[in-house]
Amino acid sequence: MSDLLRDRLTSISGFGMSAQEDGYCFRPTHPEQVREIFEIARTTGRKVVLRGAGRSYGDAAILGEALILDISRMNRILSYDPQTGVVQAEAGVTIGDLWRLGIEDGWWPPVVSGTAYPTLGGALGMNIHGKNAYRVGTLGEQVLSFTAITPSGSFLTLTPDNPDFYRIISTAGLLAVIVQVSLQLKKVQTGDLDVLALAPRTWQEQFDMFRRYEPEADYMVSWVDCFGKGSQAGRGVFHAAWYQHGITGAGHTLSLTHQDLPDTLLGFFPKSIVWRFLKPLNNRIGMKVLNRAKDFAASTLGNGKHHPQSLVGFSFLLDYVPNWRNAYLPGGFVQYQSFVPKEYAQAVFARQIDLQQAAKCESFLGVLKRHRPDRFLFSHGIDGYSLALDFKLTSKNRERLFELAHQMNELVLQAGGKFYLAKDSTLRERDFMQSVGTAAIAEYRQAKEHFDPEGLLSSRQAIRLGLSRSSDLGMF
Amino acid sequence: MVGASSGIGRECAKQLAAAGVKVAAVARRAERLDQLKGEFPDKIIPFPHDVTNTDEIPDLFMRITQELGGLDLIIYASGVMSDVGRHEFNTAKDLPMIEVNVTGAIAWLNEAAHRFERVGHGSIVCIGSVAGDRGRVGQPVYNASKSFVATYMEALRNRLHRLGVRVTTIKPGPTETEMTSHLHMKKMPVEVAARKTLQLVGRSGEFYLSPMHKIAFFVIRNFPSLLFRRLSV
Ligand SMILES: Cc1cc2nc3c(=O)[nH]c(=O)nc-3n(C[C@H](O)[C@H](O)[C@H](O)COP(=O)(O)OP(=O)(O)OC[C@H]3O[C@@H](n4cnc5c(N)ncnc54)[C@H](O)[C@@H]3O)c2cc1C
Ligand SMILES: NC(=O)c1ccc[n+]([C@@H]2O[C@H](COP(=O)([O-])OP(=O)(O)OC[C@H]3O[C@@H](n4cnc5c(N)ncnc54)[C@H](OP(=O)(O)O)[C@@H]3O)[C@@H](O)[C@H]2O)c1
Repeated sequence: MSDLLRDRLTSISGFGMSAQEDGYCFRPTHPEQVREIFEIARTTGRKVVLRGAGRSYGDAAILGEALILDISRMNRILSYDPQTGVVQAEAGVTIGDLWRLGIEDGWWPPVVSGTAYPTLGGALGMNIHGKNAYRVGTLGEQVLSFTAITPSGSFLTLTPDNPDFYRIISTAGLLAVIVQVSLQLKKVQTGDLDVLALAPRTWQEQFDMFRRYEPEADYMVSWVDCFGKGSQAGRGVFHAAWYQHGITGAGHTLSLTHQDLPDTLLGFFPKSIVWRFLKPLNNRIGMKVLNRAKDFAASTLGNGKHHPQSLVGFSFLLDYVPNWRNAYLPGGFVQYQSFVPKEYAQAVFARQIDLQQAAKCESFLGVLKRHRPDRFLFSHGIDGYSLALDFKLTSKNRERLFELAHQMNELVLQAGGKFYLAKDSTLRERDFMQSVGTAAIAEYRQAKEHFDPEGLLSSRQAIRLGLSRSSDLGMF
Repeated sequence: MVGASSGIGRECAKQLAAAGVKVAAVARRAERLDQLKGEFPDKIIPFPHDVTNTDEIPDLFMRITQELGGLDLIIYASGVMSDVGRHEFNTAKDLPMIEVNVTGAIAWLNEAAHRFERVGHGSIVCIGSVAGDRGRVGQPVYNASKSFVATYMEALRNRLHRLGVRVTTIKPGPTETEMTSHLHMKKMPVEVAARKTLQLVGRSGEFYLSPMHKIAFFVIRNFPSLLFRRLSV
């Protein structure tokens, strides 16, 4: 039996590199092989953890000693209609594959994350949102139908009129393996967005800007300088963006060459080594200075100006600097995103940042977005705002950081807020239960019993949150 | 922890468990392993096994890593030293030392090396001995077995260090354990030997456990052969 697995051993981590475990990697090319992998799990008494591109920050797609079912080689486009923008693809197709497929015909993925690497399967496991979440909701809402394989080996094809559609999407790969997805792409006239940059100086101004542009902008996002204190607290840079209509002569913006991110910065500096220059700055002092400089530039040079930006440039800003996360080595980092109802968002986020400053554990990056509620079982959608934060993790600050996160979690829970499994490393079972509610947990358990009675699908996060029982693992 | 039922291995297992580490305890004497488990019920899992049954090792290794949920460290401390007389050339007494000190070490540590090479992290520790530094009149095969351990471990280190795997050879001197209970000499308490061993985990290299041994065995290692053979050490 050992021969079956021995050579498949691989070390995998979450994108934040703060959690790492070793498992046995299977990369099927065909849905039929997915069934075989569950069979191997049964005979070897192991769990299965689903993994797309591993872009979840924490421990959602890792589990030590489990079989890692990596879907990234099931990446064929099965059909695509340039007239209607309907695409049917295997679940390993990435957001990047999708925009490349459609852009020349004027089709853009309706919901994208800040990076183009996620797979459709992984993105639906988490039900990702974009900077247009308040307008179009999550990716799951754009899906026409999908096919999944349950651990027992049956194929299900589900459409939005089926309640299981809302269960399998959003539950972090714990109920079934999504293998095919049919999606409606969004029609765009040009490849550029019209982007407006503003420089809010306070939390109040931040939220005023979101409210001001919510009725009209297609995308909104704001960057918050977490080092801003007192009267400067909440300062940052707000962006609203619009699709462009009725512009002629913009056809070239729909080409791959117009969209592709450049390989160099300023035309000559190879981007592949930029992270090495970031690394020495990647500490409290360096980041304080960098945030201040960015804020200064934005509030003086860019404030109030409109400029065109390519869809790719605007959407996948984080892909600009390859391997930027290496600047967080050796300890990695924790990404933390909480979702708070609109009435309380300003107070909760301001307080979260006060707590960070008091703990001398400021996030190096803060990103504010607007959302709307949806029907998915472990939805993070809410009629409110989210603040995403990046905390550098070191051997020294680990305890302090987790303590801080628990305090921030408490604020979110008191305000009736939610969390996002793709960006979670710190929740405890009761925090998660409270955020989604006991009814959702009961519904999840029932669905788990139905689709995966042996409890084969699991992850480190699922064990941490009580969504999968470690006792069946043979661990003690 | 291979060789966890007595001596240095048992003490290492206890100290690791006391520090909160999950330990798979491997050795032949099951009752001793159960006793260990009794002391640390949620940290120690016993795996009775005779290292000379090398066929069992690949599957057992997999079972252990599965039970533990991963592997960060393996310590091979199984070892035997036969009671060999000054004029004895006794193959029946000699071969068991090869089977346990050498063959068993290869079979277990190859598994670990293969695993750690793939994942790019982990620590391998093998208990060698100062006795491996020279071939001496008292224990030709024991000496040779420990010398094998040092050379084999050096080779593993050279293969794996660059991948992030740490390979450590420990060379204890006389230590108070069952192996040496019949010898009357100054011995290091086993708790101390285990503590020092664990402090060296994660450091690639060969280590003596006392500065005295380091100096003495530097001299012994470099003592000219022509003269060494005239001494009766
Ligand atoms: C730089 C960066 C920016 C990001 N920006 C955003 C953003 O703006 N908005 C946002 O919402 N998210 C964002 N994310 C998070 C990311 O979009 C999600 O974590 C997404 O789930 C990653 O997809 P993946 O293919 O890498 O999946 P993985 O991270 O590998 O897996 C995600 C989850 O899905 C499960 N899963 C994997 N495959 C399947 C399958 N076939 N069927 C069912 N379940 C499966 C896994 O078990 C896991 O629980 C960002 C991440 C990064 C690194
Ligand atoms: N004591 C010293 O002075 C000294 C000095 C230098 C180096 N060393 C080395 O240190 C290591 C530990 O020795 P120690 O002094 O702690 O001796 P010990 O108390 O006799 O312990 C030896 C261990 O090896 C195990 N072992 C022996 N044969 C085995 C087999 N066939 N299969 C599985 N396990 C086996 C024993 O377990 P079971 O019998 O239950 O199987 C026991 O746990 C040895 O390699 C030894 O050579 C000792």
